[in-house]
Amino acid sequence: MTDRVALHIDGKTVKVSCRASVASAIWIAGGFRRSVSGQPRGPLCGMGTCFECRATVDGGKHVRTCVLTCREGMDVRTDA
Amino acid sequence: MPEIVVIGAGPAGLSAAAAVRSHGQRVVLLDENPAAGGQIWRGERTAVAQGVETMFGTRALGIASAGMLLCETSESAVVLPFRKLVVATGARERFLPFPGWTLPGVFGAGGLQAMVKSGFPVDGKRVVVAGTGPLLLEVAEYLRSRGARIAIVAEQARWTSLIRFGLALRHAPSKMAQAARLAFSTLPRAGCWVTEVHGTEHVEAATLTDGRRTWREACDYVACGFHLVPNTEIAAVLGCHLEGGVVWTDDLHETSISGIYCAGEPCGIGGVDKSLIEGEIAGHAAAGRLPVARLFAKRARARRFAAALDAVTRLRPELARLAREDTIVCRCEDVPLSRIRECSDWRSAKLLTRCGMGPCQGRVCGSALESLFGWRPESVRPPVQPARAGTLAGLTGSA
Ligand SMILES: Cc1cc2nc3c(=O)[nH]c(=O)nc-3n(C[C@H](O)[C@H](O)[C@H](O)COP(=O)(O)OP(=O)(O)OC[C@H]3O[C@@H](n4cnc5c(N)ncnc54)[C@H](O)[C@@H]3O)c2cc1C
Ligand code: FES
Repeated sequence: MTDRVALHIDGKTVKVSCRASVASAIWIAGGFRRSVSGQPRGPLCGMGTCFECRATVDGGKHVRTCVLTCREGMDVRTDA
Repeated sequence: MPEIVVIGAGPAGLSAAAAVRSHGQRVVLLDENPAAGGQIWRGERTAVAQGVETMFGTRALGIASAGMLLCETSESAVVLPFRKLVVATGARERFLPFPGWTLPGVFGAGGLQAMVKSGFPVDGKRVVVAGTGPLLLEVAEYLRSRGARIAIVAEQARWTSLIRFGLALRHAPSKMAQAARLAFSTLPRAGCWVTEVHGTEHVEAATLTDGRRTWREACDYVACGFHLVPNTEIAAVLGCHLEGGVVWTDDLHETSISGIYCAGEPCGIGGVDKSLIEGEIAGHAAAGRLPVARLFAKRARARRFAAALDAVTRLRPELARLAREDTIVCRCEDVPLSRIRECSDWRSAKLLTRCGMGPCQGRVCGSALESLFGWRPESVRPPVQPARAGTLAGLTGSA
């Protein structure tokens, strides 16, 4: 068993540790969503409180990616 | 017979569940995280006492009907029968708005630590750690152990209050030794704070001041922690009485609602020892047994530490004046300070600006506005956090 997994972030394939959170993978891939007025944003609380790290994961909207562990083949869209 | 349900598997919830089990009674421990450990032991110390039933990835939302707790998992709503409840929902970090705090690369101090524990790279990065409280030192040391270069650890409290805090630890020699070791290894600067963070797409530098001199530190990340806010929302939804922003309990940790107990940070921020002891007392009491007297003496000591912590982390008034008119206060709805000034209280701010109406439900801006204007969030209504539509259907008939 390999300890790295590949996931797709906005169509780009990223390989990270299987213990990494999806938020860490998104950061490594290049960035998060924009705010309602178009400003750049990133994770703030790292513990599921602020929702700044939210993304669409495998079709599920508003998923807090800082408390979600990466799985092989996940499809992540940061425009949520 | 329905069991005792413990909400939150941090130090308080773990020790409550163990105490219930020690009397041979059934106990279910649930946590929204995928593993036990709470904020301090997150994923590192996850052992649960033998015989405790666990439900991870399960978030408590409120009461579905009498004796029934409404929860949700990532797949569905769950209704859990209970005889008694122990609320051990812990705390979150307090955030304060300042110019630039919405830039990617500004984190909570505990937040950055949590991110790094789950794979966020900091190797070779320059980090400004700022805010208040002993958590800053722990975070700085942890980040350095993971390869980060710590530009500065800026503690807003003055040396005089830090020394008073140090003296208050004399009754807890192990704590004093740990604080001294951390202080020597991370060399915090007292009486200074971040006034602004600069950058366009992400953090590039931070401006700091000690009240007289102002200077700039180039950095990749800013980890700012202004101490903690108790997670009282679930207790409030259950109808428990709050006093001074914390959950009121009697000596045995029973809240104003009979059969509902509360332990740890929601009863007042005090750190891991206080949470462990309070959880143990609450667990025995929920099982209908009297806790041994020695626990109360230990709790009194832990509460003295909590009081000292509270004094040292009291925020200086300058920090409430950092936000400018165009600084975003509500990050979910991008509401600037100027618009919030037009409002008289939290309720009108919500109605007029949508502040606190976004996905975080005021969990970030609520405590910020309390620090800025002294506004206490109005009583929460279920659901505590935006829930899946299917789960909401399960709420009909609740309070
Ligand atoms: C981000 C952060 C980092 C910290 N790091 C440190 C540190 O390094 N060292 C230190 O000494 N102290 C640290 N602390 C302080 C910490 O609060 C205490 O040390 C200790 O963890 C408190 O124990 P507790 O059981 O009361 O609460 P917590 O440890 O916060 O545990 C509460 C648990 O309840 C769960 N929960 C909350 N609401 C719900 C719900 N509705 N449904 C289901 N589960 C729920 C949470 O997921 C959490 O696991 C940190 C605090 C924070 C917020
Ligand atoms: S970073 Fe705050 S919820 Fe994920």
